[in-house]
Amino acid sequence: MSKGKAWKYGDDINTDVIFPGKYTYSILEPEEMARHALEDLDPDFAQRVKEGDVIVAGRNFGCGSSREQAATCLKAAGVQAVIAKSFARIFFRNAINQGLPALQSEEAVDSVENGEEVDIDISSGRIKTGKGIFPFSPFPDSVLGIIKEGGLIPYTRKRLKQSQKRRC
Amino acid sequence: MGRTFSEKVLGFKAGAEVRAGEVVTVSPDYILSHDNSAAIIKEFNKLGVDKVRCPKKLVIILDHVVPASSEKYAANHKAIREFVSRQKIPNFFDIHQGICHQVFSENGFALPGKLILGADSHTTSYGALGAFSAGIGRSEVASLWATDEIWLRVPETIKIEIKGRLPSGVYAKDIILRVIGAEGADRANYKTVEFSGETVRRLSVASRLVLANMAAEMGAKNAFIRPDESVIPWIKERARDEFEVIGSDPDAKYEAVLDHDVSSLQPQIACPHTVDNVMPVSELEGLKFHQAVIGTCTNGRLEDLEVAAVILRGKTVHPRVRALVIPASRQVYLEALNKGLINVFAEAGCLVLNPGCGPCLGAHQGILAPGEVALSTANRNFRGRMGSRDAEIYLASPATVAASLLEGKIADPRRYL
Repeated sequence: MSKGKAWKYGDDINTDVIFPGKYTYSILEPEEMARHALEDLDPDFAQRVKEGDVIVAGRNFGCGSSREQAATCLKAAGVQAVIAKSFARIFFRNAINQGLPALQSEEAVDSVENGEEVDIDISSGRIKTGKGIFPFSPFPDSVLGIIKEGGLIPYTRKRLKQSQKRRC
Repeated sequence: MGRTFSEKVLGFKAGAEVRAGEVVTVSPDYILSHDNSAAIIKEFNKLGVDKVRCPKKLVIILDHVVPASSEKYAANHKAIREFVSRQKIPNFFDIHQGICHQVFSENGFALPGKLILGADSHTTSYGALGAFSAGIGRSEVASLWATDEIWLRVPETIKIEIKGRLPSGVYAKDIILRVIGAEGADRANYKTVEFSGETVRRLSVASRLVLANMAAEMGAKNAFIRPDESVIPWIKERARDEFEVIGSDPDAKYEAVLDHDVSSLQPQIACPHTVDNVMPVSELEGLKFHQAVIGTCTNGRLEDLEVAAVILRGKTVHPRVRALVIPASRQVYLEALNKGLINVFAEAGCLVLNPGCGPCLGAHQGILAPGEVALSTANRNFRGRMGSRDAEIYLASPATVAASLLEGKIADPRRYL
């Protein structure tokens, strides 16, 4: 993985401010979702985010709705990973299933200032910031497999090709 | 060492003895989706299979934007109807039936011991009837339609023991707001929340659904209330399938046991912009608002409409405020009609809308303008949720909302009961 600029936010960033509910059933294309990413939290974000940037946030990132677009819009906007002190359960699954690494490290979050450069290595499980190198628990192979395939849909597609049909 | 409800259900489904923290691969009994089925179909179509593996497990209920408010929503609904017919999905509920969680429960899918997964965060609701039910994302639902399999982590369980007799004018909504306010919005992240205690045992099915529904606002993966003799007849009357009541063993290992005594609880209100920003209604009395909503998957059931009607009967909504009343389902609507409640609301000056999610998620039917304040019986008050990011949402019980409607400002319902 690579270096990217940190966009730092606080605790309890919910899915409504990441991707507003008014768009959830009308916008179906990831590129269009990206234009509304974080719209109700940081209206400048979608215009200024660059490929490879990183979201850095506090506790309970992605709480609220099960809308997967909260992960899709960030991924489509070019975000390479989200680093948070903790993640809400459904967002965590959705991020993995969209091929967006969700990395938990309280120390890394505390060490990063907004706008600073962050260097992430997914396979070795480390985050490098201006203040040091911080490990995060590496993903189990099955989850890493989903991320490497670019998300659950391509992963399942591949698996279905290989698997035997089972009775319902 | 005994096992928790979640360890038992997921273990049974996985065909193994499991403990919290383990990851299992399981097949659910039912898979719920709603208007988001249109987006799920798009993902499903990328998987390279023609057929849904187990069509009888799918339950699709249109509720989020019903009837369609734009051409785009209409096209989504049309795509879903065509998919349902092509895939021969027997359990489809079109736009006239009501909110998915209410329709799902009323129609006997939510059964003790079943494993239910849904593309909606409030899928936690069915724990009120003894099911293991959790919300998942769209890709996972698409993948489940094709494979009938999913990985789940067996959650740890937090037991919330509620005791004390509820004072008059205080309801299940006030209990859960108080609990979330005290424990925080992420206290139960990735965990099972098991509600127990004498107070819970005295609650109706509708009130139990309020607790389980809002467990999602503590981050819970699922909620659980052990079904007892007071709710089993309700479940049996509707059950689509056989079921077995499963509960935690007496010596099961809980991550924590949290005690809450509600015997002197006051009506509670969640303030903008998080659900755990809770205080007693008495501290906010007199705060003006513009629009109120009585309805949603949290509080749109008959008992909710009944208490609101008791307060509004023969009176008029304050002329400065707008009142939206939304029965949770067609069945609730019919019962409310037969009991004369709809008359009470219409005479009081409320706008009675069709069963569905209404403006709760900010898509239609009462969007807020910048600077407006809403008071709602819903479960979420995040910034921008009901429209403008510069609007504010307060959450309370149907009684508090009804009393406030009379005054045009936040009011303590105990003065009207």
